[in-house]
Amino acid sequence: MSGKPRLHYFNGRGRMEPIRWLLAAAGVEFEESFLEKKEDLTKLQKDGSLLFQQVPMVEIDGMKLVQTRAIANYISTKYNLYGKDLKERVLIDMYVEGMFDLNELFLMYIVQPADKKEEYFANMMNKAENRYFPVFEKVLKDHGKDFLVGNQLSRADVQLLEIILMVEEWKPEIFAKFPLLQSFRARLSNIPAIKKFLQPGSQRKPPSDDDVVDKVMKIFY
Amino acid sequence: MSGKPKLYYFDGRGKMESIRWLLAAAGVEFEEEFLETRDQYEKLLQGGSLMFQQVPMVEIDGMRMVQTRAILSYIAAKYNLYGKDLKERALIDTYIGGTDDLMGFIMIFPFLSAEDKEKQLAVIVQKATSRYFPVYEKVLKDHGQGFLVGNNFSWADVHLLEAILMVEEKKSDVLSGFPQLQAFKARISSIPTIKKFLEPGSQRKPVPDHKYVETVRRVLRMYYDVKAN
Repeated sequence: MSGKPRLHYFNGRGRMEPIRWLLAAAGVEFEESFLEKKEDLTKLQKDGSLLFQQVPMVEIDGMKLVQTRAIANYISTKYNLYGKDLKERVLIDMYVEGMFDLNELFLMYIVQPADKKEEYFANMMNKAENRYFPVFEKVLKDHGKDFLVGNQLSRADVQLLEIILMVEEWKPEIFAKFPLLQSFRARLSNIPAIKKFLQPGSQRKPPSDDDVVDKVMKIFY
Repeated sequence: MSGKPKLYYFDGRGKMESIRWLLAAAGVEFEEEFLETRDQYEKLLQGGSLMFQQVPMVEIDGMRMVQTRAILSYIAAKYNLYGKDLKERALIDTYIGGTDDLMGFIMIFPFLSAEDKEKQLAVIVQKATSRYFPVYEKVLKDHGQGFLVGNNFSWADVHLLEAILMVEEKKSDVLSGFPQLQAFKARISSIPTIKKFLEPGSQRKPVPDHKYVETVRRVLRMYYDVKAN
């Protein structure tokens, strides 16, 4: 065994991507086992590896952790990305939960039926532009510091960068209204571990295309 | 100001109920402001009290906390219901994730059409008895202790009891294959703070009815159809 965390998921972003980001930002090397077909999922379910029969699952420190938040919380605490006290943690949690909600919208976009996609997309972008990004722009404006919480890098920063880049893939013009998010994006992208993750050849996953959607439908539905 | 936490939500369970349970379990008295009208909600919005324009919101320790999980994690940590170390916390988080998913199926139930309600009821029972309850049954059986994690009362125990009672409201004999959970239910229910919360007159909310649904739809202007899972 290599001792590195091992991620079990399909070869795409979905709910595992925030975890890849966290590990990368923490400078932690990890391995991945990709589910390619339904039998791969069934095998994991049958051998008792998945507590609730679901992925994401991450083998780490002798545990087979499931539940996205449990995994993300563990990694964040272990690698000091969760603030220095309870008050910082709750701020981070509030921001991150908002980002989780937005990410759920993004996840569900790829499985929308063709006739619902346009309306769904508009709603999704509207939420990003009017509900979520203004909050983080204001947080940065109000304290004038480089990071969202406690003047140091935390999971909130990593996950905000991830969300910014995803929205940029779809509708970059949104960011004209958010100058501080633009400079945040530039600043965070330059952090060495993150810069490395943003380069081609890293374990960061591309936006899901039709092939990935097909595969997801076959494995899970 | 009284110093007690103040909960802003509808007069019903929804996403706030787990927070009521946890505060009650911790023996913390709290106040509630119930959203009845659109106006009240818009006042909260305009006042900047709702970070993402949503409730639940809890005023506590000088903060206006939003996001159910953030609020619950804070309360759990503050009142020592979150395990003693990182590994126990990971276990608690994992178990909470499961009971949260299970209660999620039940939470949308009142908003479904009559036909979808029937289907959803089957989904709830199936998921409870084949995916979720077996896990907790095994956890309790394997370590033989009174609580889910670390031989100490935690948030995970409160959340599981809440989930069990909610599923039982839908199917009263649902615990019949789960002797450990039956004993767990009796044991946790008799903890003084929880026993008190389970008595009539407490701030525990009843099963949501159509009046609750109407209030939510009216306040949030949420008139679209909610689909079953």
